[in-house]
Amino acid sequence: MFLVALVVVVLLAADLRFNALQTARSLMEVAAAPVYWVADLPSRAADWNREHLVSRSDLLEKNEQLRQENLVLKGRSHQMASLQAENVRLRALLNSSAMVRDDVLVAELIGVSPDPVRHQLVLNKGEQDGVFAGQPLIDADGLLGQVVEVSPLISRALLITDATHSIPVQVNRNGVRAIAEGIGSLTSLEIHHVSATTDIQAGDLLVTSGLGGRFPVGYPVAVVSEIERDPGQAFARIIARPSAALERSRHVLLVFTAKPPTGD
Amino acid sequence: MVDQGPYAYWVILASFFCALTLAVLPVPQWLAWGRPEWVVLVLVYWVIALPHRVGLITALLLGLMLDIVEGAVMGQNAFALVVVALLSVMLYQRLRVFSVAQQAGVVFVLAGINQMICQWVQNLEGAGASNLMFLLPAFSSALLWPFVFHLLRSLRRLYRVN
Repeated sequence: MFLVALVVVVLLAADLRFNALQTARSLMEVAAAPVYWVADLPSRAADWNREHLVSRSDLLEKNEQLRQENLVLKGRSHQMASLQAENVRLRALLNSSAMVRDDVLVAELIGVSPDPVRHQLVLNKGEQDGVFAGQPLIDADGLLGQVVEVSPLISRALLITDATHSIPVQVNRNGVRAIAEGIGSLTSLEIHHVSATTDIQAGDLLVTSGLGGRFPVGYPVAVVSEIERDPGQAFARIIARPSAALERSRHVLLVFTAKPPTGD
Repeated sequence: MVDQGPYAYWVILASFFCALTLAVLPVPQWLAWGRPEWVVLVLVYWVIALPHRVGLITALLLGLMLDIVEGAVMGQNAFALVVVALLSVMLYQRLRVFSVAQQAGVVFVLAGINQMICQWVQNLEGAGASNLMFLLPAFSSALLWPFVFHLLRSLRRLYRVN
C-alpha cells in the first residue's frame, strides 16, 4: 500500500513539477489509441449514415451547390494569384521577407477532453505523419490551438480557449499588439493588459501576430465582442469571440510553417 | 477458485476497457459536467466482488491508463482510484450485505471523493473548476450504480469469474 502511494506521489511530482514524463506518455498514448477508436465509432457511424443514406435529389442539389461554390472560389483564387505576385514584388521592393504559403495536413478529430474545464482535442495524426509538439492547428474559419503532445499514431492539441493557453495577437485594422488568453469558456477569450486609451473597438478582427515564433502570421483568431473601459481601472476589459468553430470542427488542418520553430 | 470460467480475466479486462471508452465518449455540451465516473463504478464492483483479485495495483494501473486517455496529469486518476479502491477493500464485507440502494449511497461518497481528489490535483496544475459542478458525476454515478451492479453481476455469473 505504501509502495502504491509512493508511486502515485512520485508520478504526480514528476509530471507536474518537472515535466519528466513526456516520452513515457507518448509511448502509453499508443495503448490509448484503441480506446479513442472505439469511442469515436458512434460519430463515425453517424457520418457514414449521413453520407450514404441520402436521396439522389439531395446529392444532385448538393453537387450543384458545390460546383457553383467551386466556380466562385476558383475565380477568386485566380485574382489571388496575381495579388500574391504583386505582394511579393512590393515586399521585395521594401526589402522585407517574402510571404510563404504554409503547407497543411488534414487531420480528423477522434476525441475531445471529457473534462469540461480542459479544452483539448485528440487528432488521428501523429509523429508518423510529421506532427510535432507546438504545431499550430486551424480550421476553415481561424486558429484552433496548438499540438501539445505527440505519440506515433495520435496527437493531443490544446485549444486557444483553455485556461492555460495564451496567444500573441494583433488587431487586423491597425496592428495594435496584445495577448489573448483563454478563460476556460469555449466562446470567449480575454485580452489582458490593454490600456484604456488603446484604439481597439468591438468588431475588430484579431489575427496572429507571429511574435513568439510559435504561430505563423495572419491567421484569424477572434473578433472583439465586448469592451469595457472603466476610468478607474488602468486597463480595459476586452472579451473576444474565437473565429474558429471550436466546438464544431471535425476536420482540422495542421499547419507546417516554412521553417519549423526551434526548441521551445 | 475451482469453478473458474475460461474467459474470467477477459471479462474483467473488457469491462475496464468499456469503462475507459465510456469515460472519453464524446457527449453533448450540456451533459459534459454530469458524465458518470464509469471507471469508478466498474472498479468498485470488481473490488467488492473479487477483493482477492482486483485491488490497489489494479486501481493504480487503471488510473494511469485513465490519465493517459483523458490527457490528465500523470497520477491524478491513479491517486483517486487507489483511494477509492482502498476504501472499497476496507468496506467490502459490509457492502456485500447492503441493499443496492445502500450501496448506491456509498458509491455516491466514493465517487465524490474521487472527484475531490481529481479537482485537488487539477488545482495544483492551475486548471481547476470554478464552481461545484464538478461534484455532479457523484450523483449520476450513484444513480447508475444499480444498473452497473446488475449488469456486471450477471456477466460475472455467466462467465463464472471468481
